[in-house]
Amino acid sequence: MRLFGVLLLLAGMGFGAAAQAQDLKWNEVVAKARGQTVNWNAWAGDEKTNAFIAWVGEEVGRRYGIKVNHVKLKDTAESVARVVAERAAGRNSDGTVDLIWINGPNFLAMKQQSLLFGPFTHVLPNFAYVDTARKRSNLIDFTIPVDGFESPWRMAQIVFVYDSKRVQQMPGSAVELLAWAKKNPGRLTHPSVRNFLGATFLKQALYELAPDPSVLQTPATDEKFAAVTTPLWAWYEQLLPALWRQGRQFPENGPAQRQLLNDAEIDLMISFNPAEAAVSIDAGLLPDSVRTLVFAKGTIGNTSFVAIPYNAASKEGAMVVADFLLEPATQARAQDFRQMGNFTVLDLSKVSPEARKRFDDLPKSPALPTNAELGTTLLEPHPSWMTRIAAEWEKRYTK
Amino acid sequence: MNRGAFAPLRLDAVRIGVGGRALILPLTFDVAPGECVTVMGPSGCGKSTLLAFISGTIDPAFVVTGRVLIGATDITAMAPEARRVGMQFQDDLLFPHLSVGENLAFALRPHVRDRTERRARIEHALAEADLAGFARRDPATLSGGQRARVALMRTLLAEPDVLLLDEPFNKLDAQLRGDFRRFVFDHAAERGLPTLLVTHDATDARAAGGRVIDLAWPLSR
Amino acid sequence: MRAAPALTVAVFLLPIAAGLVGTLLPAFGYLPAIGGSAFNLDGWRRLASYPGFRSSVAVTLTTGVVTSVLAVFVAFGFCAIAHGLGWMRRIGGWLAPILAAPHSAIAIGLAFLIAPSGWIVRALSPWLTGWTVPPDVATVGDAAGFALVLGLLLKEVPYLVLMIVGAMSQVPVQQHLAIARSLGYASTESWVKTILPQIYPQIRLPIYAVIAFSLSVVDVALILGPSNPPTLAVLAVRWFADADIQFYFPAAAAATLLLLLVVAVIAAWFGVERIAIGLGRRWIARGRRRSGVTFGASVAAGAFGIVFALSLAALVGMALWSFAVQWRFPDALPQAWSLANWMRRLDGLAVPAWQTLLIGAMATAIALVLVVGCLENEARARRRPGAGALWMLYVPLLVPQVAFLFGAQVLLVRANFDGTLAAVVWAHLIFVLPYLFLSLADPWRAFDPRYARTAASLGASPARVLFAIKLPILLRPVLIACAVAFAVSVGQYLATLFAGNGRVATLTTDAVTLAGGADRRVIGAYSLLQALFPLLAYLFAAALPALLFARRRGLAATP
Repeated sequence: MRLFGVLLLLAGMGFGAAAQAQDLKWNEVVAKARGQTVNWNAWAGDEKTNAFIAWVGEEVGRRYGIKVNHVKLKDTAESVARVVAERAAGRNSDGTVDLIWINGPNFLAMKQQSLLFGPFTHVLPNFAYVDTARKRSNLIDFTIPVDGFESPWRMAQIVFVYDSKRVQQMPGSAVELLAWAKKNPGRLTHPSVRNFLGATFLKQALYELAPDPSVLQTPATDEKFAAVTTPLWAWYEQLLPALWRQGRQFPENGPAQRQLLNDAEIDLMISFNPAEAAVSIDAGLLPDSVRTLVFAKGTIGNTSFVAIPYNAASKEGAMVVADFLLEPATQARAQDFRQMGNFTVLDLSKVSPEARKRFDDLPKSPALPTNAELGTTLLEPHPSWMTRIAAEWEKRYTK
Repeated sequence: MNRGAFAPLRLDAVRIGVGGRALILPLTFDVAPGECVTVMGPSGCGKSTLLAFISGTIDPAFVVTGRVLIGATDITAMAPEARRVGMQFQDDLLFPHLSVGENLAFALRPHVRDRTERRARIEHALAEADLAGFARRDPATLSGGQRARVALMRTLLAEPDVLLLDEPFNKLDAQLRGDFRRFVFDHAAERGLPTLLVTHDATDARAAGGRVIDLAWPLSR
Repeated sequence: MRAAPALTVAVFLLPIAAGLVGTLLPAFGYLPAIGGSAFNLDGWRRLASYPGFRSSVAVTLTTGVVTSVLAVFVAFGFCAIAHGLGWMRRIGGWLAPILAAPHSAIAIGLAFLIAPSGWIVRALSPWLTGWTVPPDVATVGDAAGFALVLGLLLKEVPYLVLMIVGAMSQVPVQQHLAIARSLGYASTESWVKTILPQIYPQIRLPIYAVIAFSLSVVDVALILGPSNPPTLAVLAVRWFADADIQFYFPAAAAATLLLLLVVAVIAAWFGVERIAIGLGRRWIARGRRRSGVTFGASVAAGAFGIVFALSLAALVGMALWSFAVQWRFPDALPQAWSLANWMRRLDGLAVPAWQTLLIGAMATAIALVLVVGCLENEARARRRPGAGALWMLYVPLLVPQVAFLFGAQVLLVRANFDGTLAAVVWAHLIFVLPYLFLSLADPWRAFDPRYARTAASLGASPARVLFAIKLPILLRPVLIACAVAFAVSVGQYLATLFAGNGRVATLTTDAVTLAGGADRRVIGAYSLLQALFPLLAYLFAAALPALLFARRRGLAATP
């Protein structure tokens, strides 16, 4: 009986929060947001992104009177842990986290534990421009339906960046990558599989090596996992000794790996940002000779979102920021490789002609791939595959 | 408030012990205004401890009974800064961060408010010490003898009722010793201060010209 | 004034105790807020079943013990050789820039220095080595922990040397050495056989602090240590921050295990001490005039020189990066320089720099008031503090930070106090206070009591004595102690992270976050400021008394 009462209470809390979001009107939201401080928890390992977030803060401050505080994270999981700690301490309102740059397993964790405010994206006026037809990852986050609990802001697709001065034959698939690595031992690495980019390296290989890739869209079970990943581990076992540091050490994240390429410790690296090469050359973080390549059969792509915790102190301010991120002018600036170089989440056929021209006028670079070159985007597998792959990798290769 | 102008210093059954044994057996004596009583004894017999007791800065490890009075006022329980007991050590202990004049000014009582008056008094004190015009000097630039004289003038400027001297002549050479001794005793007598001198040097005692109390071992046991 | 000691104890012992409890309970399964309501060993089981558990414990222990042993050897060996040299008295000044720089700044600089694509290789390539690409050798982040040991030594050795120099001032060194040498012992032999045994008891607590730190350091391990698996402390912090809250339990277990390891190693060290003392006595009694001591000490002195050179090079390297536009391998120096870097970074640096300054100043100020209060209280009551008081002061330095900061964070969150500047100041205070006390205690206690007696006899109240006489005369030791305290605050990493809940950014937290591999030019700027701030504090501490008391020769001598 008590259990039923608790369940009812929990359901009521969830309901209550949802009910509030449904009834919001935009002008009310903007009015309430004025004067709020939004603590935007975002991974801070990249200078350009930090600068972009700072610019967003300035613009939003000017236009809406909102103060944005960029809470710099080493890892998005820190934010999730914080919200959990706050709920554990009974802090159900006035939380310290207002907005989180999030996707994938972290989003799944928060959505499952009812730690998110929403659904709220239907309230945002600029959400109408989002491409929901051809960029399905804007609605399905790692096979989890978004249901309006997070708002997209940038797209990512796996590419490989290489130094054209030292790499003559470009590998175009996982199998070719293995052959290349064997010929050039110690010149390739990937971030630690605990990092999402590192895990994606393995996922990308899995797409190619798995007997039937469609099974990756379903949750992983023990038997499925064992069967599907056998060829992957066979391939990886051969690759490991040919990696940098003989596969005994890995850079912690993308920027660390990029530093290795800049230091000439490696010649080839994986990246989630198609504009990475162009952006880095511009910022002096990589030499001018780097170029971008994509695998022939396509690479994994996903969307990055922003979400609002259930106990956020400045929910309205957070929503205004999320909406601002979807504004065509903002998206165009984000796609400019001199700023951040992230391809847009918007459907350019839905925006106004002036906005479309902004996109056309963006600067170009030899290291910047065209949309055609980026080819097919493969959907992210179910998050359970990533968590299992990461766990299995740790088990096998952490001694 | 000059409570004890020309009042005697009185020790009444003063007994000091430490760690269970007695250091100084009951002492009772008076020091008349202008008189200088010498307390003598070898090292470690408690002479300096006695002075510390009178000035109110004795270490709590010592167990003390008895009273100290200036005239009719019992100062045994008073805070050290309220006692008006002047002290001279064998080191001049001029405050190194203050100039000669500032050292003297520190001692000058606050009831002398007027700045010109204060400066005048300081200059007068310096002149008495044969150091006219030295007010702005750094104490470290003075000779040993000069510093000792400034130290005494500092003590006297505070208008004490009693003067305690803890082996003040030790660090001076023979020639300076004699001169400074005379300087101290002259001033003490002039102001009518009951003076207590602690020393292990017999010539000091003779120069003091007053009674001698010997705290030698057999007596203190 | 009388409340000072009680207040001081409250400030740092209570939070540590509370924090420890707050970490110990979850280690055994008790954290009702997330569903752990019964005591169980699940956390421990998960910890033990982590694939890299054994290697993690092994690397933690080896790096911790090896660092401690080497640090002690190099520090004592160096002092044995160098004690006679005139400049040893000014060694504090030489070591100041290294001691001032936070651990993480030196670690970041070292990482660049010794990497296969680092400065040393760049300086030697390709003309000496023939390398056009860096060799595939793990010098940073290696699984055995060599880089970590080196990074720790760079700070621990100067720290111990300073403690030794301080301890030597309490012993009549010159007389003892004169006697020993007149008996036929060489200079180094004399020092090791007569001075070292006398000063060791005073170095014991600093050595224990070095042991505890080496075993439980997080920021240096993040930068230089292995990551697969990492040391136990890094593992604990990683799990504490994990999105899956069930990781709190093994995280707390890891932190508790770390605490036990620290206690065990210190106890083992104490045991070895006893044996060494027995053996040492016999060795000394044998009366051999020439044993291998001089040789060993020379090796140690050489090692000290290397440590010193590496530290300076580490700092200079990062300074160069902050002004570089492009610095590719294998160039020995950046191809292009510019101040534009700094201009661009100024915005991003402003907030953490300002907060670092503010937190450091406030923590130092509060600590100063408390410490002066305690010391004055002690002076007025004329009480000598017992050895117990010294141990109490060392508690924050002996307990692994990760073992109590998590528990403290939960308390802060409950009190709705976390994430504020005040919470961070308070967390810093816990570590700043012992260092300030230890720096100031000796000079304060050595203050000639007769000054105070004289001033009292001249009619000055105790308060007037304190402010008009004691503090001005002790100005230099006070300012130096404040500089030490400020440096400690600047270098804090975990404390800021936990108490600030990630919302308070200081130069150190940002630098460690960026050290992962962002732009080295940016990291260079952060590291430089990290090292500069405390250095400026030291310079201020040296300069201000010199300025104020320029015409007071009595205060010119270094106490």
